[in-house]
Amino acid sequence: MATAPKDNNKPAQEVLLRVENVTKIYDGTVKAVDDVSLTVMKGEIFALLGGSGCGKSTLLRMMAGFETPTKGKIFLAGQDITDLPPYQRPINMMFQSYALFPHLSVWENIAFGLKRDGMPKDQIADRVEKMLSLAQLNKYAQRKPHQLSGGQQQRVALVRSLAKRPQLLLLDEPLGALDKKLRETTQLELVNIIEEVGVTCVLVTHDQEEAMTMASRIAVMSEGYFLQVGEPDAVYEMPNSRQVADFIGNVNIFEGVIEEDEADHVTVRCPECVHYVGHGVSGHKGMAVGVALRPEKIMLSKNKPTGEYNWCAGEVIEIVYFGAHTTYHLKLDSGKVIKAQELNNTRDLSCGLTWGDRAYAHWNDLAMVVLTH
Amino acid sequence: MAEKQSFFSSVKNSLFDGRNAVIGVPYFWFLLLAAIPLLIVLKISMSEMEGTQVSSMIDWSNGWPKLTLNFASYQFIASDSLYFKTYLSSIKYALITTLLCLAIGYPFAYFMARAPKHMQPTLLMLIMLPFWTSFLLRIYAWKTLLVSNGVINNVLMSLHIIDTPLTMMNNSFSLLLGMVYSYLPFMILPLYANLSKLDLRYLEAAADLGTSPFKAFWLITVPLSKAGIIAGSMLVFIPAVGEYVIPELLGGSSTLMIGRVLWDEFFNNLDWPMASAVAVVMILIILLPMAIYNKSQADLAEGKP
Amino acid sequence: MSQASNNKLFAKGWMIAVYIFLYLPIITLVVFSFNDSKLVTVWSHASLRWYEALAKDTALIDAVLLSLKIAFLSALMSVLFGTFTAFALNRYKRFKGRTLLSSMSSMPLVMPDVIVGLSLLLMIVSAQHWLGYPQKGLLTILLGHALLGTAYANVVVTSRLREMDGKLDEAAMDLGAKPWQVFTLVTFPLLIPALVSAFLLTFTLSFDDVVLSSFLSGPGYSTMPMVIFSRARLGLNPTINAVATVTIVVVTMAVIASSFYTSHQERKRKREEAQAYSDSNK
Repeated sequence: MATAPKDNNKPAQEVLLRVENVTKIYDGTVKAVDDVSLTVMKGEIFALLGGSGCGKSTLLRMMAGFETPTKGKIFLAGQDITDLPPYQRPINMMFQSYALFPHLSVWENIAFGLKRDGMPKDQIADRVEKMLSLAQLNKYAQRKPHQLSGGQQQRVALVRSLAKRPQLLLLDEPLGALDKKLRETTQLELVNIIEEVGVTCVLVTHDQEEAMTMASRIAVMSEGYFLQVGEPDAVYEMPNSRQVADFIGNVNIFEGVIEEDEADHVTVRCPECVHYVGHGVSGHKGMAVGVALRPEKIMLSKNKPTGEYNWCAGEVIEIVYFGAHTTYHLKLDSGKVIKAQELNNTRDLSCGLTWGDRAYAHWNDLAMVVLTH
Repeated sequence: MAEKQSFFSSVKNSLFDGRNAVIGVPYFWFLLLAAIPLLIVLKISMSEMEGTQVSSMIDWSNGWPKLTLNFASYQFIASDSLYFKTYLSSIKYALITTLLCLAIGYPFAYFMARAPKHMQPTLLMLIMLPFWTSFLLRIYAWKTLLVSNGVINNVLMSLHIIDTPLTMMNNSFSLLLGMVYSYLPFMILPLYANLSKLDLRYLEAAADLGTSPFKAFWLITVPLSKAGIIAGSMLVFIPAVGEYVIPELLGGSSTLMIGRVLWDEFFNNLDWPMASAVAVVMILIILLPMAIYNKSQADLAEGKP
Repeated sequence: MSQASNNKLFAKGWMIAVYIFLYLPIITLVVFSFNDSKLVTVWSHASLRWYEALAKDTALIDAVLLSLKIAFLSALMSVLFGTFTAFALNRYKRFKGRTLLSSMSSMPLVMPDVIVGLSLLLMIVSAQHWLGYPQKGLLTILLGHALLGTAYANVVVTSRLREMDGKLDEAAMDLGAKPWQVFTLVTFPLLIPALVSAFLLTFTLSFDDVVLSSFLSGPGYSTMPMVIFSRARLGLNPTINAVATVTIVVVTMAVIASSFYTSHQERKRKREEAQAYSDSNK
């Protein structure tokens, strides 16, 4: 296709979409989107992640032109598109439940947007053929949408929104309508097609795994504003607040106070244990902070660790078997319950713990994140 | 500058999407044919006949408009007990019709909703089919069945079940029969629409919690079909109050219905103010059921049970 | 016998009884249209005598033709205005006077015919008084029937609009369709089945109406129901049975054909969906 395959590791330099201080207020009172600013680079796949009602869909609909911002501006490639109606924007959208036209064939669905542009007939035929091959649906060109399976419908929806070669592709919960098993393969197909075309994407999802695997950057949204924007691993490993840590994946949060504050390490005293964090933080001595620790970074054993820091003891009160891993719920002496996740890398249960056992949880000094918010 | 631009684009958009036309056309249509005519009825009900003309409400003789409201027709309705009796009897017949339709239609709609899925479209079509054929002809058909030398009497007499013909015409029996017959589909359709959507798992849950089928019916099915019961009852009651054709063809002279009074005042006595006043009082009677109906439809549209 | 099968028997009995109640008069009408006797209620022997009488009954035939014409035109008007109303009420959730429009549009549905007829006639008389127009006749009957039909068409189109995925309009607009193209290319084609049923329903309503026509008709404009009504008031008349049988046969065939067509389409669709599902799992 037109552009070269993009490289995820190299950030593209050119800004494609700029959202400037956009606010959307419904009925004069309900703030759906609250003073949001963002830039999306050319070639990026950018995910808006959040629960329902966080404002992610409203923001997407403003990019598409279905809603006008109450305040703020939206620019595409430098041009102000804030008040442009949807049919004049070089932006296309793949809808949540696909919104394929039920009375038109697959071929006509894909050609719909091209015909609106007044493209010559032979060029339309050409482009539609290309799109059909991209989606591997050449055999199904004359079928109606209801004659296709869910995965096929999803591919038609995708190539229909790509047919006009939009500068920006919007994806609204692209995998939301598929069952779990189908999601993984479809997700791969989707990313492959998008990368082949090299189009810039903004993706809306409530599913963190979907955001993690598909996007090059993620914005975590809540109550109309961004909590954190960053690359998937950064958002996961370096959450900047309790809310983000809690929303993305599972997390144990220990409340404590900074006891030692050095350039290369800090210690945090909590009721359960003392954390030794092997890097500096933006806090000061005596400050109340939270220490976030992901369950998969905790190791369990029956033997008491030797060191002074980074361990605590408790009773196993729950064991949840997931197949690939097992989650242990540990009730600490303080009454706090933490979760620890152990990989089942052998066929017998690895650490031999069972209900009611006393166990020791320990972790290394780079496993946790100190949260000041 | 920016404001000006967005103002122009919003004006352009509103012309483009035809919003004003889409709202304006039906508004004009219903104002002209529904709202204004009712106001005219109200106006004429407060005038009186001057020969063959309706008196003018506004008198210009002194050089400025002088409004004369004439309540003679209303006073007449209030003073003549026949009108009161007729209104009462119309409400009575409409009420009995509604209850009979509910008693026959509810079990029917319930059984239909529980019938095998592949049969339901046919059963539904069989309910709709008479509805598509002329109402007038069906009422006429009852006349041929019910008269003293009619089909039913002839059959019963030839089978020696009766010796003398039964009197089934021109009384409240024939009137109610005709009304129930005509309005039954209006009761069944909303009830069926409601009951067929009822989630059977509620009943399974109730049975699982130890409720007997009979109790489950009263505690779950009936409350959940409230919207259907209200819609169906109002769709029967309101037009039944003002029914004209059925009492005219099947009711005889002894059954009093207000629709016939209105017709006679208008076509036989040519008393337009009187006919209008009769209509206004009739509207006042059906205003409450109409409000109930509109509310239940609005609730239905918003997906409330 | 078990409780369950007893219940089933009761349900069946109840339904059959109701169907007999609904169809008994219709069947009688048809049967006695082939009766030779002048008495509508006493069977003598089969004949087509009343159909011959019907063929010579020019007053009735003229009335049928007038009714067909009015039904056709008023159904067109009803579908047009009913669609406008449905769009106004369903696509624009907020505008001044929405409640007024919504109650005005449901008024002809529930208001007794005599009131609708009286009010329309008084409006037309007032219009004549001020404008000298319109004369009572075809146009005034049409207006009355179209008013009633609009209210019904609105209900039919509204239920379809509610089922329809609003995202389809947005998808069309997103792909570059201007608002009028969204309507002609997406909304309208998907509405066609609803428009057809609205047309058939309002056609039937008009063809059936006697009260509105009686109020609104002028000299020389007697519709079929008006003629039948005036004859039925006087007594029983076998020609009515004959004309009834003709209309019943036509309507029944149309309704059965259309319901076969829809259930056939439905089955075909289900089959294709199942096929698509099994294809994708191969």
